[in-house]
Amino acid sequence: MTSVQALITILAIAAGTQFTRWFPFWLFPEKKDPPAVVLYLGKVLPPAMMGLLTVYCFKNVSWLSGTHGAPELLASVAVVGLHLWKRNVLFSIAGGTVLYMVLVQAVFA
Amino acid sequence: MEEHEAIVKNRSAALRAALPATVPVMTGYLCLGAAFGILLRTAGYGISWSIAMSMICYCGSMQFVGVSLLTAAFDPFQALLMSVMVNARHAFYGLSMLEKYRGTGPVRPVLICTLTDETFSLVSTLEPPEGVERKNFYFWISLLDYLYWQVGCTLGNAVGGLLTFDTTGLDFTLTALFIVLLLEQVKKKENRAAGIIGMVCTAASLAVFGPDNFLIPAMILLLAVLLGGRKKLCK
Repeated sequence: MTSVQALITILAIAAGTQFTRWFPFWLFPEKKDPPAVVLYLGKVLPPAMMGLLTVYCFKNVSWLSGTHGAPELLASVAVVGLHLWKRNVLFSIAGGTVLYMVLVQAVFA
Repeated sequence: MEEHEAIVKNRSAALRAALPATVPVMTGYLCLGAAFGILLRTAGYGISWSIAMSMICYCGSMQFVGVSLLTAAFDPFQALLMSVMVNARHAFYGLSMLEKYRGTGPVRPVLICTLTDETFSLVSTLEPPEGVERKNFYFWISLLDYLYWQVGCTLGNAVGGLLTFDTTGLDFTLTALFIVLLLEQVKKKENRAAGIIGMVCTAASLAVFGPDNFLIPAMILLLAVLLGGRKKLCK
């Protein structure tokens, strides 16, 4: 691939990304009130998409072989536990991540 | 003059509020960005390419796909199409932020351009502290996240190979971030059903279509269930 071709490829990727980010804002411009169904989606989509993103993070875990997702599950349980306990975002994330690193680097290595 | 001072004060208060909120994203982006920078270098693209790509694209997982596109035969149309498919979920973020990004004035285009998974998860879940203007809070979260990604990609491309500290597993910060923000979302009773629907639809789609093709079917299924259950969920 030449430099010009590489640059065009990068611009194409950027255009596709920006299209997906701008599309809803073009569809429902700021000055007009969006239809009720869109307002409804705006309310239920954040928790739903957070559910989607959480599951998305586990997409490459092999449940049937290797560690059977044990480090991921243990660390996730730790995050939930720490968060329900202290309700401190940074503390929950740091605790879960450190546990996960220990698990994949030392315990299940 | 007083008015100007108040604006400046509010902006710095917004930055002080946004900074701790974005620390998990900082860790995740430095880590994943570095992984991208290293990957791009091994594909034969040096520092200027890395900076250009992360600045112009700013699209996490699609940038990784982009590395393989850059090493394949030239096909910009395929690149565009893949980018739309991989990033289709961003349209749902926009839908969710229509109201919150209303009236944000000159920073609105910046907020829309930089609406990644992680930025969305923060701006959709967190409320600005008292006395901090909504648009300033969102602006700093968006800008800081963008900068973290640039630093991560650039460092990874420049010196990634020199790292001796074993960072394996550090990218779990982003998984943990999503889990925590999901918990914050479902703290409100009315959000609980939607959160579970999101998880179940995605898991079902992942089981059926496998890790490479499940995202679009998951979104369609999710949309169908949310629209179909509107009457029940509105209660």
